[in-house]
Amino acid sequence: MILPDHPAAPRTPIASRPEHSAQSPMSVHSLTVAYGSKPVLWDVEYETPASSLVAIVGPNGAGKSTLLKAVLGLIPVAAGGAVFWGKPLADVRRRVGYVPQRGSVDWDFPVSALEVVTMGRYGMLGWLRPVTRRHVEAARAALDQVGMADFADRQISQLSGGQQQRVFLARALAQEADLYFMDEPFAGVDAATEAAIVDVLRTLRTAGRTVVVVHHDLSTVEDYFDHVMLLNGRIIAAGPIAETFNARNLQRTYGGRLTLLDAVSQALSDVAGQK
Amino acid sequence: MKLSTFLQLDLPAMLAALFATLACALIGNFLVLRRQSLMGDAVSHAVLPGIVIAFLIWGSRATWPVFIGAAAAALTAVVLIELVRRYGRLDAGTAMAVVFSIMFAAGVVMMEQAAARNIDLDAECVLYGQLEDIIWLAPTTLASLLDPAVWEELPREVWTLFGAFVFTSVVVTLFWKELKLASFDPALASALGFPAGRIDLALMFVVGIVAVAAFEAVGSILVIAMFICPAASARLLTDRLSTQVAISLVLAAISAIAGYLLAAFGPMWFGHEHSLAASGMIAVVSGVILAVSVVAAPRYGLLARRFRPEAASAGTAAAVRE
Repeated sequence: MILPDHPAAPRTPIASRPEHSAQSPMSVHSLTVAYGSKPVLWDVEYETPASSLVAIVGPNGAGKSTLLKAVLGLIPVAAGGAVFWGKPLADVRRRVGYVPQRGSVDWDFPVSALEVVTMGRYGMLGWLRPVTRRHVEAARAALDQVGMADFADRQISQLSGGQQQRVFLARALAQEADLYFMDEPFAGVDAATEAAIVDVLRTLRTAGRTVVVVHHDLSTVEDYFDHVMLLNGRIIAAGPIAETFNARNLQRTYGGRLTLLDAVSQALSDVAGQK
Repeated sequence: MKLSTFLQLDLPAMLAALFATLACALIGNFLVLRRQSLMGDAVSHAVLPGIVIAFLIWGSRATWPVFIGAAAAALTAVVLIELVRRYGRLDAGTAMAVVFSIMFAAGVVMMEQAAARNIDLDAECVLYGQLEDIIWLAPTTLASLLDPAVWEELPREVWTLFGAFVFTSVVVTLFWKELKLASFDPALASALGFPAGRIDLALMFVVGIVAVAAFEAVGSILVIAMFICPAASARLLTDRLSTQVAISLVLAAISAIAGYLLAAFGPMWFGHEHSLAASGMIAVVSGVILAVSVVAAPRYGLLARRFRPEAASAGTAAAVRE
């Protein structure tokens, strides 16, 4: 799906667009979000393919995190919205997992890695019901799956950035959701963590889950993901990697900034290659 | 000192101080963890005009009118803070400071007006409380404490504070996992179906109840100190939330009892006749405990950081990598 470049250009009238799909894990329709009077997301239309890994890519300020927060109901939307498997979020909360940016929480909080992962089980517990041993064991298994079993009792500030990210990932796994949203899970992590995250993503896809990831590293998009959404306030293009992730669309997404970005990422991968 | 004097004057005051500090410290743990310590301060100040208005309308300091007035004022404060933040384009801390100081000032002005009309309500009682005025005439001997009829005459203030502590304990126990999740990661709490905004509001409601209950008996100074000091000290002594809460309660109890005894009997040891303001001394003791924790805590204390830099730097290093 490719929309015209200029916001003022004529577009498909809203009335003639298809309504929400009942099959798609997430169907976004006419979503518009504004902070104050400044619009951040314009009229986003998107159908997430099932059992796939989707990267959301775009320049800083493109509204990538905002899109995740808006569909999850964490911030108010000006218009439109999202449905999941044809139902409103409130009906299917347990099936939707969320991994916020690592910087969004206070890592000095007095909890252990295992306790943080156990929080992923709270949704299926519901109000007032205490955590039982079964849920703690499930959390422990999730920690093990990301290679963090030995750190279960560590207070979370005593972990490295990559280890903290893996704790967040384990918490999402413990939630046993069918659709996951991850906000920059690869930001500032070490190679071992990056490999662990990719491993988890592939396991989830094999199990038929869908994962939507805000991603900033253009050089790994083709390796890690099946689908891509190129976003810059509006959806510039979205679809399978092979059809969508090309120079022309990237140029349209990043505008003039891509040349600089390209040079930087090229330089970085050169450095990585020399090691 | 006669035993009957201790039972009739000191014991009820000490019980009131104890339940007040326990209730404040318990809920204060969550304020400290959310870095919202100022909110306890804000709420306990902002309720003043509500209390004064209730007092002017009903003409008494009975529990319910005062409580209703305070609750209305707390709610007004929460709404005003949100409005100032949104339309004044100010950050949350500034909005809070603006609203609570102005509401407190309004309360003081109203109180002066009330005092001019010979109504028994004064600024001193608001700041320092009336711990010393709590009198329990029923017990005369230790044996009389076993008589249920004696306990029925326990002053209203003590029962109110006991009720506030029990209420807070029940809320914290029942909603332990929700409070923990919403304090640590509000976005995930909301995504999992525990709306963080509403949990926030409920927490402020409990803070308001505790502040109002404790306010009259022990004064606003003690309320603020007790919301923060025991929980902040406990945070330095452990890395587990449940342990932190337990330690904060122990420290609060120590502050209440030691502070009261020091205020009541300390001056006598130095040959003075008058006792000191108990609520002030309790706040001082809790402050001293915090100071000692800051210096001597096993992992986070200044001494530990100085002499075991490798152990203390693990946390800092992780923070730097952010």
